[in-house]
Amino acid sequence: MNKPIVATTSLAGCFGCHMSLLDIDERILHLIDLVDFNKSPINDIKKFTKTCDIGLIEGGCCLDENVHVLQDFRKNCKILISVGECAIMGGLPAMRNGLSVKECLDEAYLNGPTVKNHNQGKVMPNDEELPVLLNKVYPCHEVVKIDYYLPGCPPRADLIWEALVALIHGNEMDLPYEVIKFD
Amino acid sequence: MAKFIKFTIDGEECMAQEGKYVVDAARENGIYIPTLCNVQGIKPKGACRICSVKINGRLMTACTTPVTDGMIIENDHADIQELRKSIIELLFVEGNHLCPSCEKSGSCELQALAYRFEMMVPRFPYFFPLREIDASHPKIIKDHNRCILCKRCIRVIKDKDGKNIFAFRDRGHHTGIYIDPELADNLTDELADKAADICPVGAILKRESGFKTPIGNRKYDQEPIGADVEKINPSNGRKKS
Repeated sequence: MNKPIVATTSLAGCFGCHMSLLDIDERILHLIDLVDFNKSPINDIKKFTKTCDIGLIEGGCCLDENVHVLQDFRKNCKILISVGECAIMGGLPAMRNGLSVKECLDEAYLNGPTVKNHNQGKVMPNDEELPVLLNKVYPCHEVVKIDYYLPGCPPRADLIWEALVALIHGNEMDLPYEVIKFD
Repeated sequence: MAKFIKFTIDGEECMAQEGKYVVDAARENGIYIPTLCNVQGIKPKGACRICSVKINGRLMTACTTPVTDGMIIENDHADIQELRKSIIELLFVEGNHLCPSCEKSGSCELQALAYRFEMMVPRFPYFFPLREIDASHPKIIKDHNRCILCKRCIRVIKDKDGKNIFAFRDRGHHTGIYIDPELADNLTDELADKAADICPVGAILKRESGFKTPIGNRKYDQEPIGADVEKINPSNGRKKS
């Protein structure tokens, strides 16, 4: 049997969930035997080269680019998993959700205490190469269908590991109470 | 002398003093009925509906209903548990509950209930309301993003003259908690601690006391909410729903 192929990405996340994935200690050697990686920041493969079995999504959708990447993942992965608080509910970036994009940009580039007296020309980045901010930060499952959710900030390494192993072997997860936490 | 009566919860025979509320009577028999707005010993409100049980076939709140002789109570049933879970999910999407950045995380009753009901993600779309943080008082901070309007602070926290420090303001969707600025200025440390403690979520915080308990030692880090009740009667261990 071929090894299952895993792809990962960080959208509007901090890479903490990827760090947690790497925090599985010596099991990381086992992981290499268990799965192959395709598109992922871990191996720096930028584009999908084949259909993947499992896609791990970190972070919510804050930019149009995040939406495109997420849709690309949905197209190329059989199973998508929202990993972490940001993918599940937007997380800290979603703190801007009650405010308009203009208010956020004004605070960041014109009125914030660290920029107020330094941005004389009142410049705001607007190069067309830059991705565009969405009106608010969206949880991944409000953009595409998500199959499973692993909560936590970050999800405990044990949770990510056990979930992956259970999914690959087709078993049910049996985890102690302490492992599934929202923080 | 108070009369003792018999009733059943999920077919199990129980006994309690007549007139006790169903949640309290169940607790004495080692059966946990989840609650959120209820405070033991304080007049119940029935605000959150998480304690919903079926009493003689009808859905009722266990915190406001006194037990009577021969009452048949259904508690651990799939449809009731599903109803409770959906209430918890609604509370999560209605406010801005960012657990990772909350001082109450780990000791929060709403979060603990979500753990107990194994909520991975709310089934409803997030609402992301714009709510204010009232940090104008010397001892406490009120974060409306997390308030679930359980009225616990209003019902429990009174100053030495019996005056309310907290009150509801506005109506419907705009309902919030108002803090009397004068009374809040004179709040004792003891009462501020009590206010932060009585809040089931992190909506009332005491200044300069956040994140004091390390992760692992917080109230619901090791054991689910309700585990203390179920310990009274080990035969009623938590069943997987």
